[in-house]
Amino acid sequence: MSTTTPLEPDTFAISANLAQPRLPRWAVVLVGVISLGLAGLVTLLTGWSLVGGLVLAILLMVAGLPTWSLLVEGRRAAADRFATALVWAAFAVVLVPLVWLIWMVVDHGLSAIDREFLTYDMRNVVGSGGGIYHALWGTILVTLAATVISVPIGLFTAIYLVEYGRGKRLARATTFLVDVMTGIPSIVAGLFALSLFVLIFGPAIRIGFGGAVALSLLMIPTVVRSAEEMLRLVPNDLREASYALGIPKWRTIVKVVLPTALGGIITGVVLAISRVIGETAPLLVVAGATDSVNFNLFDGRMMTLPVYIFSQYSSPGVVPVGMEGDPPGYARAWGAALVLIVIVMVLNLVARIIGTYFAPKTDRRR
Amino acid sequence: MAKSIDVSDLNIYYGDFLAVEGVNMTIRAKAVTAFIGPSGCGKSTFLRTLNRMHEVIPGARVEGKVMVSGQSLYDPAIDPVAVRRQIGMVFQRPNPFPTMSIYDNVIAGSKLNAKKMKRSEADAIVEKSLRGANLWNEVKDRLDKPGMSLSGGQQQRLCIARAIAVEPEVLLMDEPCSALDPISTSAIEDLIHELKSEYTIVIVTHNMQQAARVSDETGFFNLKAAGQPGHLVEFNPTTKMFTNPDEPSTEAYISGRFG
Ligand SMILES: Nc1ncnc2c1ncn2[C@@H]1O[C@H](COP(=O)(O)OP(=O)(O)OP(=O)(O)O)[C@@H](O)[C@H]1O
Ligand SMILES: [Mg+2]
Repeated sequence: MSTTTPLEPDTFAISANLAQPRLPRWAVVLVGVISLGLAGLVTLLTGWSLVGGLVLAILLMVAGLPTWSLLVEGRRAAADRFATALVWAAFAVVLVPLVWLIWMVVDHGLSAIDREFLTYDMRNVVGSGGGIYHALWGTILVTLAATVISVPIGLFTAIYLVEYGRGKRLARATTFLVDVMTGIPSIVAGLFALSLFVLIFGPAIRIGFGGAVALSLLMIPTVVRSAEEMLRLVPNDLREASYALGIPKWRTIVKVVLPTALGGIITGVVLAISRVIGETAPLLVVAGATDSVNFNLFDGRMMTLPVYIFSQYSSPGVVPVGMEGDPPGYARAWGAALVLIVIVMVLNLVARIIGTYFAPKTDRRR
Repeated sequence: MAKSIDVSDLNIYYGDFLAVEGVNMTIRAKAVTAFIGPSGCGKSTFLRTLNRMHEVIPGARVEGKVMVSGQSLYDPAIDPVAVRRQIGMVFQRPNPFPTMSIYDNVIAGSKLNAKKMKRSEADAIVEKSLRGANLWNEVKDRLDKPGMSLSGGQQQRLCIARAIAVEPEVLLMDEPCSALDPISTSAIEDLIHELKSEYTIVIVTHNMQQAARVSDETGFFNLKAAGQPGHLVEFNPTTKMFTNPDEPSTEAYISGRFG
């Protein structure tokens, strides 16, 4: 019998083995709801805090779903459920502080932001009123100058490291120094910039450009590192393809390697910017603080958003007589913080868009 | 003008590792020379020394002499970039430029060197090269799509088109048909026949029939023993090689009685 139709019994045997009992789709939801319910009950009965209840709910979920799965689906599926639940729980735990922070800043800061807040500086402001106009421009100018300084230096360093310095002693020394630079505390960068400009211009100098120099000290290692990674990711095959067409090395770097890595490099630069845009200490030291607008990077003190937040919080002014509530500086600090966060978020968004736009189009379906 | 290549006592190293030892041969101008041999015996390595692509790998170096039309290729005065403009290469693995469209990939040789070209001129080169590589009909409607959007075999043909678009005097092809179907393979072989009238062509292949079909002369590379450097066992006109080879090991390899 089996010799005449050898395939059929086998096929049936295989499909029988492949089918495994599975938990229904709604099992996850069900376990989640039950966990939340149980945790809620315990919280109510024992008077725990909300956080305690949530932690309990997550633990119940992480324990409950795999157990059920083990009973129905077997070991491998249970392990899979367990790992999945852990990953999701970790994800939720990471998200909590972020969402909380953003919610706090929006909650406190949104009410402070109006037209006046964005278009007025703090000159002659006593009590409420005033705005961040000077600090906004200061931040934009100082960060822009820092970017203009660090991107060429960082990019050229990375190009040297990847394209020319392979295995050379100078390259290894550079990598080491860049790593050391990554660890420089920002206040030290500020003090360095300050002493540099004091050496040049004499004591008691405060200029915005000094702040830019301090920030670029912090930016350069990040730019070098990210650009280096991106350049290393460019396959050697492409360089060879270009050389084989009789393209000189420098043209190969400019026209083949850099364009291929461009998306990643831009993303890295923007991330470096958003890292230094919130630096306070070095700017406080070199660029100083002021109440009025200054568009000149090379002359006089320059206010920036982080320093503005710091000074509004440390000297918030007094509550006007006959009114109640917080001193007016607090609201301004929250408002400025919200603006700063929005700037960083927009920068990140722009980095993503640019990154995907310039990414090599390797996707076959496009 | 096509060029002949004279190789004498060539040793090829990767760092301290001697990959290929003591190669002597003369590659005739306006002829097709095929290299055959087992995997890892140094065919690609040797091919890459013929247009100074070998030294691109850190630590790689050669000893010995390669003369191209009377000029010593490894003379310090020779500019490797100029060499590679005249001696083009198709790699074993397809490597189109991912940031470029199909069109730009084909004229990459001129474009990357910032050579000024009229649009109509560029169009003509693109069409001619793609036709030569038997790719034109498949891509003529989507020349502006990324080069990476093609299938593996199409990418290989794109790379062939890119290499012939700069009209090199010598064309080195490292297993150009290993990823191709019989139709494209025969188109590439037709192309080789056609190019032969003007160019010098060197081709590495694992396909004995192909070597027998397209080449005028054949070189058989082999490893002396496992762990030993590769060397040139025999270099003879293809007809002799495939009917009455000098070396018994050549005959064994060609007739499939190898190892
Ligand atoms: N970049 C490299 N660095 C060090 N050794 C290498 C490198 N490329 C190749 N080799 C070595 O050189 C020898 C010859 O390799 P090669 O690529 O020339 O072989 P091949 O004859 O082209 O083989 P195949 O037919 O598989 O393509 C091998 O032993 C290989 O391990
Ligand atoms: Mg090879």
